Amino acid sequence: MALTKVCGLETEYGIVVRGAESNPVTASSLLINAYLSATTSSDRVRWDFRDEHPAHDARGFSLADPFTPEIETTLVNAVLTNGSRYYVDHAHPEISIPEVTNARDAVRWDRAADEIIRSSMQYARSILDEGAEMVIYKNNSDGKGNSYGCHENYLMARQTPFGRIIEQATAHLVTRQIFCGAGKVGCEEPGRAPHDVAFQLSQRADFFEEEVGLETTLKRPIINTRDEPHCDPQKYRRLHVIVGDANMSEVATFLKVGTTSIVLSMIEDDVLGDDLVLMKPVSAIRHISHDCSLRQRVQLADGTMATALEIQWGLLERAQKYERSHGLGSVDEEVGVVVLERWEQVLTGLEANPDTVAGYVDWVAKRRLVEGYAQRHGLSPSDPRLKAIDLQYHDLRADRGLAYRVGLETLIDPDEAIAAMVNPPTTTRAYFRGRCLARFPDEIVAANWDSIVFDVGSDPLRRVPMMEPLRGTADHVATLIDDSATAAELLARLSRD
Amino acid sequence: MAERTHKSKQPSDRTPATEQADLAATGTESGERLKAELDDLLDEIDDVLETNAEEFVKSYVQKGGQ
Repeated sequence: MALTKVCGLETEYGIVVRGAESNPVTASSLLINAYLSATTSSDRVRWDFRDEHPAHDARGFSLADPFTPEIETTLVNAVLTNGSRYYVDHAHPEISIPEVTNARDAVRWDRAADEIIRSSMQYARSILDEGAEMVIYKNNSDGKGNSYGCHENYLMARQTPFGRIIEQATAHLVTRQIFCGAGKVGCEEPGRAPHDVAFQLSQRADFFEEEVGLETTLKRPIINTRDEPHCDPQKYRRLHVIVGDANMSEVATFLKVGTTSIVLSMIEDDVLGDDLVLMKPVSAIRHISHDCSLRQRVQLADGTMATALEIQWGLLERAQKYERSHGLGSVDEEVGVVVLERWEQVLTGLEANPDTVAGYVDWVAKRRLVEGYAQRHGLSPSDPRLKAIDLQYHDLRADRGLAYRVGLETLIDPDEAIAAMVNPPTTTRAYFRGRCLARFPDEIVAANWDSIVFDVGSDPLRRVPMMEPLRGTADHVATLIDDSATAAELLARLSRD
Repeated sequence: MAERTHKSKQPSDRTPATEQADLAATGTESGERLKAELDDLLDEIDDVLETNAEEFVKSYVQKGGQ
């Protein structure tokens, strides 16, 4: 049986400072520090870099040197009580949500991340000079060839051959953009002019140059081979997916994570088959992105041609069959059933008329806005106002963000998102991480995905390993944490268990 | 290609999800609502949109990302 698809999202946000001089690294640090100072009373808990191995390759080798600078230990890097990590990565603020066990929870903590950013903008305002403002965008490209990611992570069994993942997951990662693309005005494909493409499905497709590889910042690959499981490496791998767009639509995030979790479960259970394989994934990802009619065909490895919609229908039919034969326990049965319904709904709508899914597919919602505005004012496709609409769709200010005005369907109650800013998910080790931070902030010196380091005074520092993503849940440790008056007591109880 | 090419679904294998989408496809309540909302938004967008779009777009530069 496929493993529970523990998953997470890590979003790099675009950042702009108005009315003051600032470089993006300083601005990102200021933004995060403003939030931390306003919301935490004790000295903040540092991220622990001991188990970071971004240069390990899933294909079995390690490239230590070229990636060393990626870990910038001096920059702001905090762990929050909801189990997430809030930090400066490259020149962006980034939030990695806590580990969750289904697509709905991924949406909930992704929404919480947006709320954290929105609060951070407000707190930063009081620090900045009069008239200055920091604005954060949840998108993936600046329209000038610079891209930043919204990465997904999925827990996979180590015994699943990596070659099978490469072979069988690629078609989904290339074609799912028809419903989870965030839309983009213009083209950033190297060697082409910005206005060669008036509007495309995806923010990210123009930036992918390889089928498989370790990089994330240049020569980006459709399948990323970073082998850094952040858990027991003998049993697990973490599939690091870097092709996706950051979504403003909650349903789009739900579909992105939900469909991918099911496809990966099918690969793990070896029932997907190897006939949905693209001949040229890199050119296919761009062809599909550049074709809003959804009619462009791409070539499969057996020489036949298919549209992205046809490939998605093929994947959905297999997923429906998989549900009948294996169940959807690996993605949370109840949530998985909704994923299948929404998946069928979105393909049906896209096939009939994409405008019917404007209420939950970002690229469709954005395109309606861009085209509606262009028609009303008789603008040419290269008018800067259209690109401004594209960028401002992703503006996270509640009164300015255009995505908040296009009537997108929501899945998460606002109160649930607000609660998730401070509370961790209950179904993974993120619960232990988050609750320990909330209860014993002064006795924790560092934390990361797979361990927490306690300082309880008398003894040397104590590292509590968390190599099992599904241990440390509320069921396992809620009573233990709640009944311990101090961290020392908690550690004593843990070692007795 | 027969198996993987999706054909138009027959009425017999329609599920609530497809029916729901069909309703939307035929134009109607949710389609009308979206259109009305879009019209309203287009009416007000100039108040919300960055005042100097050209300068805004030009100065939006994000270097150093993954």
